[in-house]
Amino acid sequence: MTVETIHAARLRRRQAVNIRTATVRAIYMIWRRDLIRFWRDRTRVVGALVQPLLFLVILGTGLSSALRGAGGGTFRAGLDYTTFIFPGIIGMAVLFSSIFSGMSIIWDREFGFLKEVLVAPIDRSAVAIGKTLGGATQACIQGLVLLVLAPFVGVKLTPLAVLALIVLIFCLAFALSAVGVSIAARMRSMMGFQFVLNFLVQPAFFLSGALFPVTGLPAWMTVLTRVNPLSYGVDAIRRVVLGASGVPAPVLDRLSMTIGGQVVPIWVEVAILVAFGMVLLVVALLNFRHQD
Amino acid sequence: MTQNPVQTEAVVEARSLVKTYGKVEAVRGIDLSVRPGEVFGFLGPNGAGKSTTISILCTLIRPTGGRALVAGIDVTRDPGAVRSRIGLVFQDPSLDDQLTARENLEFHAFLYDVPRSERRERIDGVLEMVELHERAGSQVRTFSGGMKRRLEIARGILHYPQVLFLDEPTLGLDPQTRNRIWAYLHELRKREGITLFMTTHYMDEAEFCDRIAIIDHGQIIALGTPDELKAMVGGDVITVATREAAAAADQIRHAFELEPNVERESVRIEVSDGASFVPRLVRELTVPVSAVTLSRPSLDDVFLKLTGKAIRDEGAGEMDQMRVMMSRWSRAGGRR
Repeated sequence: MTVETIHAARLRRRQAVNIRTATVRAIYMIWRRDLIRFWRDRTRVVGALVQPLLFLVILGTGLSSALRGAGGGTFRAGLDYTTFIFPGIIGMAVLFSSIFSGMSIIWDREFGFLKEVLVAPIDRSAVAIGKTLGGATQACIQGLVLLVLAPFVGVKLTPLAVLALIVLIFCLAFALSAVGVSIAARMRSMMGFQFVLNFLVQPAFFLSGALFPVTGLPAWMTVLTRVNPLSYGVDAIRRVVLGASGVPAPVLDRLSMTIGGQVVPIWVEVAILVAFGMVLLVVALLNFRHQD
Repeated sequence: MTQNPVQTEAVVEARSLVKTYGKVEAVRGIDLSVRPGEVFGFLGPNGAGKSTTISILCTLIRPTGGRALVAGIDVTRDPGAVRSRIGLVFQDPSLDDQLTARENLEFHAFLYDVPRSERRERIDGVLEMVELHERAGSQVRTFSGGMKRRLEIARGILHYPQVLFLDEPTLGLDPQTRNRIWAYLHELRKREGITLFMTTHYMDEAEFCDRIAIIDHGQIIALGTPDELKAMVGGDVITVATREAAAAADQIRHAFELEPNVERESVRIEVSDGASFVPRLVRELTVPVSAVTLSRPSLDDVFLKLTGKAIRDEGAGEMDQMRVMMSRWSRAGGRR
């Protein structure tokens, strides 16, 4: 047999790649790649803990003292400010990690790897889905790592609470990663990165109820906090964390997210996060499909 | 054995392919047909339309007009089917340099549905071919430029494509590395019978191709084997160095009925078979001659003759160097 016919035999044997199953495999591969890189880059994981720690230790301690001196409203009822912001700090870690992981697509584009995926016989939706899930998983791990600090801030966790937190944090991370991916799908360079950070990520953090309760605020701020997906995530995490630590329900309700004076149930908050993530994922999908 | 249509049909076929960007016509009606197992070179200066054409054939961009078939499949009608049958080696690196060589290949095998039972064996095979098997477990960021390119070639053939497209596969590499890459490509073709379709603007590399299409301003201006193309120049070039150039020219005119090119201290003649002409020439010349040089026309001469300019006149070299420098810089400075 000549070389030609060996090759021809191989070609005959070779089935055309089934695009749909290939796309599912690609989603898995893109997700796995993100986790391999995450695991390999452990300095980043540790580095990402510094900022939350600063907030918790310095801002938390400083403000609890100040609030105690000032008579402190809600925080008089046996609730320490550090305990109060702990869930907010988890939300912050998830926020930054999600957006950055989602936006790592820009790095992939710049260093060429994205091309390898874009020319493969797969549907491009795999990039958006794989990256969103990859980002969500990384951010979820970052958020969960902070739970080890719980004993130091007066939070007691039950196994059931941890389980609930895993689900909640993942939903939040999913919604926020979808934001990152849909922004990155349109960006060609890291130039816009600072812009996104200053005009989207930081305002989202400050308007999320991470540092203060979102009840009794001026109207404009009330509106902004209610359209911010992070608010629902932080609120849900806070209720689980504080509930497990034995904060009485009336105190909890006074701190919680309300819409039209009604406390929003946790399951509604989860539904809002998932729906929000889905919508942005679709935006990201469309952005990826419509590019050369 | 010859009835198989895969062997007789063209693997790559383009008919009046056109691509315009607004008012700019990047590709202006390209026709070509590449046979199975062929090494087909696409030669031209930067901006001639090489990369645009290759991108259309690889389904990365859609043509404005005309038709292109790869492995018998229309690139606009079923890009997915085309993609699963081709391999690509890009001008710019597209490896994940935080993954190991093996992980990069595994990722590719997975994307292209290489059967699980064959995955490991095939990855080992291609790594061995490009002599990277000892570095399989190293992260790609520790590789040199040449090693990365070799890994990309290995990756390009991992899924047994019918055609391997290479866009400037040796750009920015030193001559020694370039030669090694060429050795791999020849080996590959011998072993796998794969069709290679490549672009280049290095003339000496084009010589390795079975057939070459010379492209300029979005059109093919010549197509043939390297020898056929060189024959367009009119044969070999003989230069006679002598103080008495005018007398020598007279003697040549008289003895061979040729019209030499007279320069100050030399005479140039184009003949069809230089090797057998030189002894006769020396016998006929009575003027003192200090040197006779015989040179074969290069593809540079062909390009010069067809377009009236040398291929590197357009600052292509500088642009490439800049790009290589830029990518190095951004890699060094932009790492997370």
